[in-house]
Amino acid sequence: MSLSDPLIAIIEDETPIRRFLRASLSVEGFRVIEATTIEEGLRVVTQQMPALVLLDLGLPDGDGIDLVRQIREWSALPIVVISARGQEDSKIAALDAGADDYLTKPFGVGELLARMRVALRHSARSLAGEPADVVVAVGDLKIDLERHVVSKSEQEVKLTKIEFDLLAVLARNLEKVVTHRQLLKEVWGPHAVHEPHYVRVFMANLRKKLENNPSRPELLITEQGVGYRLRERPGGQDLRN
Amino acid sequence: MNGERPNPDSLLARVVEEEIRAKRGKLRIFFGYAAGVGKTFAMLSAAQREKTAGVEVVVGYVEPHGRPETEALLEGLEALPTRAMPYRGVTLREFDLDGALQRHPELILVDELAHTNVEGSRHAKRWQDVEELLEAGIDVWTTLNVQHIESLNNVIAQITGIIIRETLPDAVLERTDEFELIDLTPEELVERLQAGKIYLPQQAARALQNFFLKGNLVALRELSLRQAAHRLHRDVEEARYERSAITPWLTSERLLVCVGPSPSSAHIVRSTKRLAVSLGAEWLAVAVNVGAEGADAERNWELTGRNLRLAENLGAETHTLIGRSVADTLLEFAHERNASKIVVGKTAMPWWKRQFFGTIVDELLKKAGEIDVYVVSGSATEAPPNVKQRSRSTYSWRDYLLAGSVVAACGLLGWAAYFFALEEANIVMIFLAGVALVATRWGRGPAIAAAIASVMLFDFCFVPPYFTFAVSDTEYVITFIVMLGIGLLISGLASRQRSQLRASQRQEHRTGQLFRMTRQLSELSGTEFLVRTAARQIVEIFSGEVVLYVRETDGTLSLRHGEGSALVEQEINRDVARWVADNGKIAGAQTDTLPNATALFVPLIGSRGTVGAMGVRPKDAHRFLDPDQLRLLETCASLIALSLERDESILQAHSAQLQIETEKLRNSLLSAVSHDIRTPLASIAGASSTLATASDSLSAETRADLLASINEEAERLSRLVENLLHMTRLSSGKVETDRQWHPVDEIIGSALTRMERQLAGREIETHLDEQLPLVHVDSILMEQLLVNLIDNATKYSPEDSTIEVSASNSGTSIVFEVADHGRGFEAGDEQLVFDLFYRGSSAKPDQRGTGIGLAICRAIAEVHGGKIEAQNRPDGGAVVRVTLPCTEAPPQVVERNMESAAP
Repeated sequence: MSLSDPLIAIIEDETPIRRFLRASLSVEGFRVIEATTIEEGLRVVTQQMPALVLLDLGLPDGDGIDLVRQIREWSALPIVVISARGQEDSKIAALDAGADDYLTKPFGVGELLARMRVALRHSARSLAGEPADVVVAVGDLKIDLERHVVSKSEQEVKLTKIEFDLLAVLARNLEKVVTHRQLLKEVWGPHAVHEPHYVRVFMANLRKKLENNPSRPELLITEQGVGYRLRERPGGQDLRN
Repeated sequence: MNGERPNPDSLLARVVEEEIRAKRGKLRIFFGYAAGVGKTFAMLSAAQREKTAGVEVVVGYVEPHGRPETEALLEGLEALPTRAMPYRGVTLREFDLDGALQRHPELILVDELAHTNVEGSRHAKRWQDVEELLEAGIDVWTTLNVQHIESLNNVIAQITGIIIRETLPDAVLERTDEFELIDLTPEELVERLQAGKIYLPQQAARALQNFFLKGNLVALRELSLRQAAHRLHRDVEEARYERSAITPWLTSERLLVCVGPSPSSAHIVRSTKRLAVSLGAEWLAVAVNVGAEGADAERNWELTGRNLRLAENLGAETHTLIGRSVADTLLEFAHERNASKIVVGKTAMPWWKRQFFGTIVDELLKKAGEIDVYVVSGSATEAPPNVKQRSRSTYSWRDYLLAGSVVAACGLLGWAAYFFALEEANIVMIFLAGVALVATRWGRGPAIAAAIASVMLFDFCFVPPYFTFAVSDTEYVITFIVMLGIGLLISGLASRQRSQLRASQRQEHRTGQLFRMTRQLSELSGTEFLVRTAARQIVEIFSGEVVLYVRETDGTLSLRHGEGSALVEQEINRDVARWVADNGKIAGAQTDTLPNATALFVPLIGSRGTVGAMGVRPKDAHRFLDPDQLRLLETCASLIALSLERDESILQAHSAQLQIETEKLRNSLLSAVSHDIRTPLASIAGASSTLATASDSLSAETRADLLASINEEAERLSRLVENLLHMTRLSSGKVETDRQWHPVDEIIGSALTRMERQLAGREIETHLDEQLPLVHVDSILMEQLLVNLIDNATKYSPEDSTIEVSASNSGTSIVFEVADHGRGFEAGDEQLVFDLFYRGSSAKPDQRGTGIGLAICRAIAEVHGGKIEAQNRPDGGAVVRVTLPCTEAPPQVVERNMESAAP
């Protein structure tokens, strides 16, 4: 472990979870700092400048969403939120407030590391000022963001403007969850008044055009109650363990 | 020490009584025999002492009479402002009851307990104000003169010749906690009076000539001393009683007094009261309705009602009886109620009548047997109260006309008889038959008229010399007298029979009305229906307007019937209703409390207290002066109250039942769940501790095995918790579904994605109709439903078999199906599997679930207005089908800009 290893801030009040995170992250070559409250978390984040924050939403001194907002006021550092199922509303709130991704308790280490890597990769790119990929390749899919061309197994797929725009947003956020609201805002504009079912209908159309089996999607994944994610590696097996 | 041990019940009763008394304020009366003995002075001096001792004393009302000594004593005491009441052009100052209740001091002074309030006050009498203060827990000090005591009223009138109108019911006196006699010798009193210390000079001179005669004063003083002595005696007895909880004078005496319409009856009632007090006995007052008829009957009945009410005020239990003979009815009732003494008045009857018919007293004495009969002289010292003659003469001219025609018919018949040369005696019989007919049909008045007319007609037509009233043979005079006598007798008997019949018919009618009401109310449930039916019944019985106020669960009184009635619009009525409901006492029109209300209000008193108030304004404004009618109304009120109470207790029982069932459910959930939580916990704990302690000695394979089992068990726990969360949410009945429009394939897709790991290696077939509309569902719940179904399918079918998930559109509904190629359901399980905690009988023990999964599926389907069913497939395996109705047309989604994104 050296100073060049990425520093991860764990803000979580449950000791057993902190312990397991500390253990698994150290093994993977991360340095870890811990905090148990929002106040402490904010201090740790401002003083130590971690590469990524793992944030539990239910903290003893308040709602983790507030911490997301406070950090986003001055920093773009990646934040991955940890919460339980059944708290979809707070997940959406955290994501809309600027969190990069979320994990649902209970989660496996594989899934955790995958989420962290995606978040770190996205942030490293934007920090380095690297231009985003012009062509995103996912499975047998190739999305040319500049030329607005999508092909599946080398065959061009005709998409409507909105379908393409939706796919483009997901592709730019590859492997990251994008909420309904973010999609509506990006595709239909900040003043869009459409209902969420608009997104769902176009997403269903996209699946029909792009997935092998639209009712068992492998790429365009629904995060029920939250949003969508374009998945790079099909199949969830390798994400967990 | 006497041998008897205190009975626990009576001890308990005493404790309860003491508690009630403790909550109630204490009443102290400064008691004297005339104005000027120093009652107010004594009261104020004592109040000053209390104030120095730190008690919060407020002067509610003190009559200063311009006496400087008294006024000096008022100084330093907080005085409550009096209320100005306009009365016949002058403004009178009255005690402000509401102000006092609001101020709520520890102790309040209210002078002159027997005072009559000005019209327009809440209560007719000041003692009623004081009662309310005591109820509110305020201690009250007051003053009283002996001549105001109700039961001494007639004695005082006899002594002084002055009838005192302002009287105080003895019951109030009996509830007094402290009784202080203020005494002064008559000589001193007269001196004080002459010195102008009591009244102004000319008033004093007049008083000296009337009331303040020395003879009067001595007698009044004696009465007051006797009253005080009696009171002292009672206190001593009570103290003895309290020490032992045994009634030393436990007496089986019960007095029965017969009440009639005459003013002397009031005297008899008071005498009985005194007798009852001295014997320590309870007493009953009864009036007997023998079915008297005539113009006076109704007026008499009203006077009787007054006397009965007086008895009630004096603490008697009152009854109205119906019977032929006063004596027999009285004795029957006396036996029935175990009365030991009957008190009656001396009958004022002419000697000859007494000789012929005997008196009630004689009859009573003859038949009384073991019961003592007390005969009290009924000297009427009071003028009979003025009762308005409100009923027209009971007999109309029509009845007399009909009687006349009957007599005429008899005359014709008699003439025919005469023509056939029948005996005169037979002609007399014809006329008597006519009189009897008239008596039975039209009552006494017409019968008497018919009897006289018959005699005259007989004389005129059939007695020589014919067609004159002259009589040649004096023997006919005897015939006339006998004929008239028999005619009167028949008419008397027949008409009495008739009115008795009418009285019992009336009673039967009332009983019938009550019965109908009871039956109707007992058949109903729901406050709304009960109130409506009750009001309709009351209107039917009393004909008039009815309003019903019911106390809500939060304690407020709300109008439940009579919206829009004139009674509701008058504010006074609302206040009266509130007062009646709060105090549980009758008030309003025709009563002494809040008499300026336009309706009579009775409390709805159930077994657990007052549940509301009912206001009635009958068409006949005087209806409730009849104690029978009032009692009928009160009976109706208690019927209504009991029905409302019953209704409420049914509701409570229902919710209690629900609570028990919820509790049961919770308990079985806990027991099922704790087992299912413990099993994975045990294997996690076991595996992890093995790894921690013996890691080195384990083979890599075993280690991996243990780790895998920890992981699997943890996931099992996670699924269980998830299902439990859903179950709680759904079974709490407060599911807030977030229903939105979703494509069917997306829901199935996300469920399959969530199950990706579990389904790894399983063959999944999805069959979706080409054109599936959007469905209006809570996507999280629907996903859970499918996850549970797919989870079951994987659990209960071989690992290499296919699981089929399909969705189809039937036009009116969307059908989801999850099918497997397992063993299918055991016969008879198809319905049961959806019950909470039902575990399939065929499942292997290690495969058993919690019996929650499918129950959640059903709950979710039902929340969406759909249904769920399970069956076995003809070619083997199970299928679970969820049908969701399409109730709304899905929204249209169009892309305005339809051109392709490609250039």
